[in-house]
Amino acid sequence: MTEQLASVAALIEDFTSLGVKDRLMLLLEFSDNLPELPVRYADHPDLLERVEECQSPIFLFVEVDEQNTVHLFFTAPAEAPTTRGFASVLHEALDGKKAEEVLSVSEDFPNQLALAEAVSPLRMNGMRAMLRRIQRQVAEKSA
Amino acid sequence: MTAVLDNSAKFAEYAHPEVLVSTDWVAANKDLPGVVIVESDEDVLLYETGHIPGAVKIDWHTDLNDPVTRDYVDGQAFAKLLSRSGISRDTTVVIYGDKSNWWAAYALWVFKLFGHPDVRLLDGGRETWISEGRELTREVTSVEPAEYPVVERQDAKIRAFRDDVLKHFGNPLIDVRSAVEYSGERTHMPDYPDEGALRGGHIPSAKSVPWARAAGEHGVFKSRAELEAIYLDEIGLKATDQVIAYCRIGERSSHTWFVLNYLLGLPGVRNYDGSWTEWGSLVGVPIVKGNEPGPVPAKR
Repeated sequence: MTEQLASVAALIEDFTSLGVKDRLMLLLEFSDNLPELPVRYADHPDLLERVEECQSPIFLFVEVDEQNTVHLFFTAPAEAPTTRGFASVLHEALDGKKAEEVLSVSEDFPNQLALAEAVSPLRMNGMRAMLRRIQRQVAEKSA
Repeated sequence: MTAVLDNSAKFAEYAHPEVLVSTDWVAANKDLPGVVIVESDEDVLLYETGHIPGAVKIDWHTDLNDPVTRDYVDGQAFAKLLSRSGISRDTTVVIYGDKSNWWAAYALWVFKLFGHPDVRLLDGGRETWISEGRELTREVTSVEPAEYPVVERQDAKIRAFRDDVLKHFGNPLIDVRSAVEYSGERTHMPDYPDEGALRGGHIPSAKSVPWARAAGEHGVFKSRAELEAIYLDEIGLKATDQVIAYCRIGERSSHTWFVLNYLLGLPGVRNYDGSWTEWGSLVGVPIVKGNEPGPVPAKR
């Protein structure tokens, strides 16, 4: 079994060590702190990929730089705090990591946060879809 | 002990004006004893980003649906939920939410499965409250738990099951999904997750009226005259019709159920919550594809 990325392991620990209510509050904190979109994307919405599986409109963009480091950018409206929270957790876990590290993250990661009980299993689909799309873009851009 | 009614002229035109209140009413009455304001949204965290001061949250997924069976919670769980929300059987409950009160209407419908006597919607919901610059807070509402009795659900009057739909043919069915779901081009809403249905299309003879046609600016309900123009004049429903409404999982059709039942006063309107995720996967039931309602099948 491959070793889990430290940032991923830390997030799983953060969420699972809390009760259900506090887990939701932690997700809200992430939602509040989703980084703003840099100007170069804010002015070019056409460069962003829409995550169709999410209930609310969210767009993401993945950059892989010359050092093979991954940079993630998201934008989602304030009226979609759960979706923003998911994006922000993925940002915390994966932004600034090497492409191969991002690709090594298990598709099961969203489930391991134990959020299904707090937000419902159906709503977790959006987060899994976001992770899949990030990994697909990273694979394409680091190939 | 029931809170005063909202006597707005707009509401007075509806068949049941007592089920709606305005933002002014909420501002004036929300802190009175015997009144509880409930927020019910699509997004499970939206309430936490700011809610009407004093409001409590009830979530359609985590509170109203049974976590195991595809069904609503039972009388025991509902009593527990309402008790901890500070609601007793004689409380006036006012529900509001996002997306033109779509989920609020769904929560209200579930409250009515349990026969809660006085439950109303805030016309225009969260969006109208915000558009008027009214206060939102993140402050945690402190709730004095109440004693809600264990009341078993009475599904028959306002809820339809698939067998009821098979027996209903020949009476009006309203499909409230988007045009592409109705035609069968896709099995779920554009831009929404797919809960899965094996076939695309609609229940034969169902007419298409996307739910949001009943909502105007900022999600307020259209006037009675405007609603009659849609459902009676255009679709041809009659004041005596027994109607079943459905969508994909029964949430959007709760909104239409509310409109037909309370605002237009049709008798015996039921919501088929199994909706397309059930019908579109059922073995051997008839389906129609395309934009026409299609022929009326024989009753079964």
